[in-house]
Amino acid sequence: MSQNTLKIKDLEVEVAGKKVLDGLSLEIKQGEIHAIMGPNGSGKSTLCYALMGHPKYKIVAGKVTLDGQDLLKMATDERARAGLFLGFQYPREVAGITFGNFLRQAANLRAKTDNPEAKPAGPAEYYKTAGSLLEKVGLDKKFIGRGVNEGFSGGEKKRAEIVQMAAIKPKFALLDEIDSGLDIDSLKVAATEITAIQKENPTGLLLITHYQRLLHHLEADYVHVMIAGKIVKSGGMEVVEELEKDGYKNYL
Amino acid sequence: MTDKVTKSGALSVKLANQLSNYKYGFKTKDKPKFKTEAGLSEEVVRAISAQKNEPDWMLEKRLEALQIFNSKPMPNFGADLSGIVFDQIHYYLKPSDQEKRNWEEVPDEIKKTFDRLGIPEAERKYLAGVGAQFESEMVYHNLHETLAKKGVLFEGTDAALQKYPEFFEEYFGAIVPSRDNKFAALNTAVWSGGSFIYIPKGVHIELPLQAYFRINAEFMGQFERTLIIADEGSSVHYVEGCTAPTYSSNSLHSAVVEIICKKGARVQYSTIQNWSHNVYNLVTKRARCDEDASMFWLDCNLGSKVTMKYPAVYLMGRGAKAEILSVAMGSGKQVLDAGAKVIHAAPDTSSTITSKSLSKAGGRVSYRGLVQVLPGATGVKSRVVCDALLLDNISRSDTYPTMDIAEADTAIAHEATVSKISEDQLFYLMSRGFNEAEAAAMIVNGFIDPIVKILPMEYALEMNRLIEMEMEGSVG
Repeated sequence: MSQNTLKIKDLEVEVAGKKVLDGLSLEIKQGEIHAIMGPNGSGKSTLCYALMGHPKYKIVAGKVTLDGQDLLKMATDERARAGLFLGFQYPREVAGITFGNFLRQAANLRAKTDNPEAKPAGPAEYYKTAGSLLEKVGLDKKFIGRGVNEGFSGGEKKRAEIVQMAAIKPKFALLDEIDSGLDIDSLKVAATEITAIQKENPTGLLLITHYQRLLHHLEADYVHVMIAGKIVKSGGMEVVEELEKDGYKNYL
Repeated sequence: MTDKVTKSGALSVKLANQLSNYKYGFKTKDKPKFKTEAGLSEEVVRAISAQKNEPDWMLEKRLEALQIFNSKPMPNFGADLSGIVFDQIHYYLKPSDQEKRNWEEVPDEIKKTFDRLGIPEAERKYLAGVGAQFESEMVYHNLHETLAKKGVLFEGTDAALQKYPEFFEEYFGAIVPSRDNKFAALNTAVWSGGSFIYIPKGVHIELPLQAYFRINAEFMGQFERTLIIADEGSSVHYVEGCTAPTYSSNSLHSAVVEIICKKGARVQYSTIQNWSHNVYNLVTKRARCDEDASMFWLDCNLGSKVTMKYPAVYLMGRGAKAEILSVAMGSGKQVLDAGAKVIHAAPDTSSTITSKSLSKAGGRVSYRGLVQVLPGATGVKSRVVCDALLLDNISRSDTYPTMDIAEADTAIAHEATVSKISEDQLFYLMSRGFNEAEAAAMIVNGFIDPIVKILPMEYALEMNRLIEMEMEGSVG
């Protein structure tokens, strides 16, 4: 079944001539939560960037499909509109557009792809939607009128990524260290909101994380251990406990 | 194997292909009432002066300027000007009989042009006065009557010379003498049209006055001359816009603008230059500020084939201030050599120069600036900030700042940044579903936002729209 599935098969990726992903395979269905854990430099972020199509990440082998479509043939914006989302570890600042407008336009683009008849939301009607999305992650409505991520603190940027995910309603979301930069209370709020989004709109989630603490608040269906560009172990939440106890030494 | 790199690298090519999209490139069929033969000569200068029935001293000034023009070499800096064929150009083209105060009286074809450009509508909505120049002459000038009652004068320069010669005897050429540069001399020899503004003591004009300059004919030279006198404690904001049809031959626009800010006066002069890509735009703009007066040049250059323009302020009185904000966006074969000049000739004067330049699809944009502090001008403060944004690898940005400081207690700051539109920023925006052109437009908007913010709303919208058109190309 390729419907409702993000299928990664034997993916090899080079960055600046160096192979970082070395035959990675993974299948994520909509509604599932997957977590990838691994030491620094194991290729976790590379997986995210390569799937989203960053020009610096060169695919040398493998195949990725989203609902059966060849993802690797699409440009980054086409991937996004097809339903792939990347929550960035370091979101960029863009002063030229307000966060509210950005959110609305991105949501409209995505809605139109799934349903060409969909009527795009206007600024006035979207104002309420944006406000309530911000509120859910503990951000003030005032962020609607600010430049995208402009002058946001690290934690605010991360929460703004979650707001974007909620607005865009992707089929699959890659969340790259969404937990870094969040204090423990914000982490709880973020995890609760991610779970809520995922319930409302059955998203296939791929959580990239260094730490176990995110998974204390957000239970994954599958936990994968990634070492040197490959998945070396897959299991359930018991893998998290094992890593908590022993670290990665069993896999290195 | 996939290749997404080319997709991103294609940005410049895509943008370059979209440059033919110039919304104002239409032509109007219009029979001129009078036109000088192509080329420049004493006869041509005499013919222009005779058409205008000018005082003798003006004719003499013109003839003297013609000699200066002929004797001065072409500038040896800035852009290549070898594409100007002086013998091909018509230096004077009179489109209608006289300046009108009512749009209904403006000849139909010319009125249609300005309707398409939205000028009469803008006048009704948010302007205190409007002037419109078609080819060599002002075809329309009108000022809101409440301002006329306060003694404000806003006229075409030719009409003003007839009505108020005393201002011209005192100020014409006093700020920009013919000898200043080759193109100032050319303008003085063949000038026609432009605006004359006088603001009486203590009068503040809230809404902007606007002039719109349109070149319509092929092989045309437009040489308007603007003189603005802000008397003590007065203030005014003057806005000019300009467009032309796109021809394969080159046109020449060479204006001179002289501004006098008397004690405590404030003048803002905003330009949105959007000439078609076959116009050489070589303009001398200069203001003199007396004690506590302030001059603000806002200079946005988007169009033209070549622009060489360095708005200047001479700070002659204690406490006078200059602010110059220059935005230039050049693409394709455009060469925009823009900048600013401030001469601090009195103590406690201050200046701020901000330059924002954008180059894309092979365009070349330079900042050329001078800050000079003369002996005796103590306690001067000056700050120069030049930011350049390159949209690809084939475009170019240069900075030529000159500082000439004769006093030790001067506080001077200069900052310059050049950045390339970042792959990561584009990627971030594209990961939200925006295509490359949309993403690039957002980044560009962010770059020029500090300037757009201080434009009156209507112009800010216009500016954003122009930039979007440049970036996107699907509009129009």
